[in-house]
Amino acid sequence: MRNLVQQSPMVLVLAFKRRLGMMFGTVGNCDVWNCWMRACYISRHSPSGFCTLEITAKVKEGNVEISRGREATKGFWLAATDKSGTLTPFNFSRRETGDEDVTLKILYCGVCHSDLHVLKNELGVTSYPVVPGHEIAGVATKVGKNVTKFKVGDRVGVGVLVGSCKTCECCQQDLENYCPQITFTYNSLNPDGTKTYGGYSDMIVVDQRYVLQFPHNLPLDAGAPLLCAGITVYSPMKYYGMTKAGKHLGVAGLGGLGHVAVKIAKAFGLKVTVISSSPQKESEAINRLGADSFLVSSDPAKMKSAIGSMDYIIDTVSAAHPLLPLLSLLKVNGKLVTVGLPNKPLELPVFPLVFGRKLVGGSDVGGMKETQEMLDFCAKHDIAADIELIRIDEINTAMERLAKSDVRYRFVIDVANSLSQ
Amino acid sequence: MAKPPEEEHPIKAFGWAARDTSGHLSPFNISRRASGEEDVRFKVLYCGICHSDLHSIKNEWGFSKYPLVPGHEIVGEVTEVGSKVEKVKVGDKVGVGCMVGACHNCDSCANDLENYCPKLILTYNGIYYDGTMTYGGYSDSMVANQRYIVRIPDGFPLDSAAPLLCAGITVYSPLKYFGLGEHGKHIAIVGLGGLGHVAVKFAKAMGCKVTVISTSPNKKAEAFEHLGADSFLVSRDQAELQAAMGTFDGIIDTVSAGHPIMPLLGLLKSHGKLIMVGAPSEPLEIPVFSLLIGRKTVAGSGIGGMKETQEMIDFAAKHNIKADIEVIPMDYVNKAMERLEKADVRYRFVIDIGNTLAATKP
Repeated sequence: MRNLVQQSPMVLVLAFKRRLGMMFGTVGNCDVWNCWMRACYISRHSPSGFCTLEITAKVKEGNVEISRGREATKGFWLAATDKSGTLTPFNFSRRETGDEDVTLKILYCGVCHSDLHVLKNELGVTSYPVVPGHEIAGVATKVGKNVTKFKVGDRVGVGVLVGSCKTCECCQQDLENYCPQITFTYNSLNPDGTKTYGGYSDMIVVDQRYVLQFPHNLPLDAGAPLLCAGITVYSPMKYYGMTKAGKHLGVAGLGGLGHVAVKIAKAFGLKVTVISSSPQKESEAINRLGADSFLVSSDPAKMKSAIGSMDYIIDTVSAAHPLLPLLSLLKVNGKLVTVGLPNKPLELPVFPLVFGRKLVGGSDVGGMKETQEMLDFCAKHDIAADIELIRIDEINTAMERLAKSDVRYRFVIDVANSLSQ
Repeated sequence: MAKPPEEEHPIKAFGWAARDTSGHLSPFNISRRASGEEDVRFKVLYCGICHSDLHSIKNEWGFSKYPLVPGHEIVGEVTEVGSKVEKVKVGDKVGVGCMVGACHNCDSCANDLENYCPKLILTYNGIYYDGTMTYGGYSDSMVANQRYIVRIPDGFPLDSAAPLLCAGITVYSPLKYFGLGEHGKHIAIVGLGGLGHVAVKFAKAMGCKVTVISTSPNKKAEAFEHLGADSFLVSRDQAELQAAMGTFDGIIDTVSAGHPIMPLLGLLKSHGKLIMVGAPSEPLEIPVFSLLIGRKTVAGSGIGGMKETQEMIDFAAKHNIKADIEVIPMDYVNKAMERLEKADVRYRFVIDIGNTLAATKP
């Protein structure tokens, strides 16, 4: 507490407010009401003239220990401080490169729809300040002494997770993404209680287990979105057995996830139908992405004619929507896998499941081994995302456009070139 | 003009039918077709009362055609076989379940999944190939294509075998298909009624650790001592549910009333499966997040194909799995339906057709 007081009068105010029990949001699963002080702060008045964000709190249940941050490399990032979701630049520092760590200079970071949800606290789990970004591509600039998989200069990436327990059944089966103690790349807690901050930044330090190797022919900018969007659709295709050549896959929604799903599915030899409420996407879907057909979900006659025609459906739609029309499209034993994140429960009619032995499953990104496999697969089949490169200072406008789905199909922040200007 | 049911076919038969949505059952004359070369005719000895019978006689699903003779858990003794029948002979004990026909041409039929054929013909309240209504097992005789005849193993008591022809296959099939009926798996059975009690027995025989989840704490002793369940959760007890979170490989949900499934999803381990075999008429609310975090699935299953139904009966005979039944005379059937509606039965009524139906002829 004393150290923080010396740093900024703002901290005192915040600490005092905390004492009075005012809530500044939750930090992971720690109920702030149980903390007698929160020592994570933002000051716009530090002597250096830069905005300084220093992570100094160790937040434990019912208690808060204050310690100095492990300052090492100074860096830069974009953070949002409230649910307006407006991103503003800050300088900061990340931890030192540990023995198992890889330090990346970030060149590109994809803008995922999850970033938008979290910025605006639409899922109710955001702890501000938040630095999003989990489609990170760059170059290794430093590696810890135990790191064998990577060397300085390697083209590398970081996706949705940066930590897990490494000992549970899921971790042992290369399913770190389902570990109950997963650490997400941003808006999450490290085991030491510090927060994670994502790739809207110029550098990041990550345990080698959670770093991916970019194949030499996979471009960093168009490959970055694969680290979330790509694995999100690749993993369920493998797990739910949706890769048998000649089978018929429906892809519901043609956005960041959907367009990559079409490309990967075609590479598996599937017949692909895009299911979308936007008729104007048809030409794009068929002529450019290679889909075999296009179904307008708001056209009852077209939907009726396609009843019982699909072996599988990947549902990428994140808005709330009825499942019954999609279930009707499935054949007997058909599988509907949902990878979008509607913020309301969906209605699931049971009769179509029972009378067709149909299945609705979820899937959430993929483990590290499978993510690497996905990158290699995409490189082999010349698959990358369709992107619109933006500068750092265009991020808030991009977020507004993303909220209206006005992007074909992923924004990617050109970090390196933005910073150099 | 359509012929009345008792004149549609050459062989006279007698049963009980519901005439309207009151569901009241009463004596009714019907007729059965002459035996074709693939047909097996049998004298009905017992017929189980399935909850579907209750839904159907009251037209709760909206597609009942009256007069309706229910019953699709039918066992009896063969009296006649067609010239091409090799599966069974006169005197054999046989059964018929939920279906008596299908297209035999589609992918499902080719894979021994007649139950998923889009042209499935139900044992009752269906339309047969010749355009006539099908009448079920609340009657003195049945005739069915040999493909839809199940052999009852020698020595297996017929009365307690009858419910397996619907309830048994309804739970056996998903235990096998979804990989839940494997040694060491931890399975929960939601609902302890006609389906649920048989599910416990099958799952135990397959080597699973079995937990019963029920709203009724008074079923606990029964579940442990009689059915062999390993544990019991009262679904309204939040503390018990909380303690069991993330412990189940699979859940078979036999409850047909609408109910929240989010607590059930929470009980699953990651990669766990929730299989619906009851069919609530209202949609369930499914929080998608609960499926994503843990890669969980919700699926449905409806009875099983003929090959699997035979496999199920043979498995049941081998492991001495019988339904727990209350045998009733034919004229008790309306009272039984009232009690069934209140779930006041342990766990299946079975009508003693052979000994009590004839006496009810007017």
